Amino acid sequence: MSESKVTFEKGNVALAKAAVAAGCRYYFGYPITPQSDIPEYLSGVLPRIGGQFVQAESEVASINMLLGAGATGKRAMTSSSSPGISLKQEGISYMAGSEIPAVIVNVQRSGPGLGGIAPSQGDYFQATRGGGHGDYRVIVLAPASVQEMYDLTVLAFELADAYRTPVMVLADAMIGMMKEPLEEWVPQNPEPAKDDWAATGAAGRPGRRIKSLYLGDGELAEHNWKLAQKYERIRREETRVQIELPEGCELAVVAFGSAARIAKSAVDRLNDEGRRVGYVRPITLWPFPEEAIRRVAEQGVPLLTVELNTGQMVEDVRLAVEGRAPVHFAGYPPGYLPSPDDIYDEIVRRLPAGKEAA
Amino acid sequence: MKPVFVRPQSLTDKPFHFCPGCHHGVIHRLVAEAIDRFGVRERTIAAASVGCSVFLYDYFDIDVVESPHGRAPAVATGIKRTNPDKFVFIYQGDGDLAAIGTAEIIHAANRGENLTVVFVNNTVYGMTGGQMAPTTLLGQPTTTSPYGREFGQDGYPIKMTEMLAQLEGVGFAARVAVDTPARLAQARKAVFRAFETQLEEKGMGFVEILSSCPTNWGMKPLEAVRRIEREMIPYFPLGVYKERKGSDAL
Ligand SMILES: Cc1ncc(C[n+]2csc(CCOP(=O)(O)OP(=O)(O)O)c2C)c(N)n1
Repeated sequence: MSESKVTFEKGNVALAKAAVAAGCRYYFGYPITPQSDIPEYLSGVLPRIGGQFVQAESEVASINMLLGAGATGKRAMTSSSSPGISLKQEGISYMAGSEIPAVIVNVQRSGPGLGGIAPSQGDYFQATRGGGHGDYRVIVLAPASVQEMYDLTVLAFELADAYRTPVMVLADAMIGMMKEPLEEWVPQNPEPAKDDWAATGAAGRPGRRIKSLYLGDGELAEHNWKLAQKYERIRREETRVQIELPEGCELAVVAFGSAARIAKSAVDRLNDEGRRVGYVRPITLWPFPEEAIRRVAEQGVPLLTVELNTGQMVEDVRLAVEGRAPVHFAGYPPGYLPSPDDIYDEIVRRLPAGKEAA
Repeated sequence: MKPVFVRPQSLTDKPFHFCPGCHHGVIHRLVAEAIDRFGVRERTIAAASVGCSVFLYDYFDIDVVESPHGRAPAVATGIKRTNPDKFVFIYQGDGDLAAIGTAEIIHAANRGENLTVVFVNNTVYGMTGGQMAPTTLLGQPTTTSPYGREFGQDGYPIKMTEMLAQLEGVGFAARVAVDTPARLAQARKAVFRAFETQLEEKGMGFVEILSSCPTNWGMKPLEAVRRIEREMIPYFPLGVYKERKGSDAL
């Protein structure tokens, strides 16, 4: 962090600024609430710094423009919100299969269907299960603050290039629309050279193919195993989680993104009151921090998963815990954003009886 | 000895997999000739589509990016906008361009993307086994219009070149055929013009090429070639539908 400045910024704008700081000069998108601050900001900035902003005719077109740009090795991105992300899934599957780096932002609204524009975490399954067809994974980063909208977007570009794979930033209407202090910093990691694989015009070499079609005997199985090994490497090296576990922890809350943000206030208050409540916040939703969660469960600590949906990440928590500790769930489908008080009550309800604050 | 017929440099020596009498091979050659003629092989990036031409990347010795079915105009937009110094062409069938990808081709055209489009109209979905395409002629039986296409049920065959020629972003639009030597020469000229349109930055250069599909038409190659003259050209008239002249650059 050589130069940095602090401003007061909306989450969506922080994300857009991070993209520019990370060297992204190309944006393709289609308007949808609650993420339109991103294209609005970038449509002003990119053309002035030698970049391109294209408002496409649809999310289908914009993901495929991103595919084309990424295939030539350019840092590029698209952003949308839930229904638009559904439309992008075929393109994301092709990019995973063709090993094209790209950054896709989902500022979640609520569904299913047209649903609503309130914050929700209803797209957890879609984001972490690949979303499109075929056996692939997408790295999913879940910011829980305006600062993280910036930090994790910079990371998204780096991971996309490092592993040649699509990376998703999974935010929601709350994180995208709220304002907080933001420290803008200049990323130092240089963009890697891509002329060893990208489509750059076959100057002095044979033509290259950027593709996902493999019809030769055994070729596709081999390709799928190659991808699987890459995903294994990502699991090993890129899993990120924030864990705060007090001595003698009575219960730990597991939550991501805006739910984690709200839950943190409740956890802090309980700890101030003398209880010993832990906090586990997955920052990468895929790869999921299953080992970290398993270690908490191994200490016999019960877990309470809090989500802005009717229960999605809780399945991953249960898979990680494998019966070693009780896993509770508090869910808030769209339309009601829980307060720290709500989550405080949910925690207290599950705390072991008779061990009141000293 | 003076060679009278050589393989274009930008084609590989891999034998085409196309069915006997299919025109994709001839059209591939025309495109390769244009790449050689304008000397753009080392700065060409193509967006392949999904259809019988999906193996384009096996036959051209150039950089090729695969596109999902119908989305080549969007993929090519992404390539060209981020690499304006590159030469970018797309090659699409009628199911790809005129059905699933209609929105993408119209909007790429309307934005005046500097792209060269080769549109192969064989009035069927070749790769998937001869189902009805948006270009299937009235009365033409296909595997999904077994009684022949009927307008009350399936609508009319779509005329993409006429539609696209209306758009300001299109610099050149023509429909050609490759069923006779004379028409082949005209087709070559049209493909070259579509290349020049991009090189001169005059917006989209679009060539529709009427093509045979003997296998899915259930015809012998010669019969299929005759069908182009007898049935296709009357409904899909050949000609240049739009040509933006030198001065009125986009
Ligand atoms: C999303 C999607 N839908 C359907 C298909 C199946 N499919 C592959 S090629 C094709 C039609 C190709 O026909 P056309 O574009 O006319 O080209 P041709 O094979 O005749 O050259 C279809 C429907 C697909 N690959 N992807």
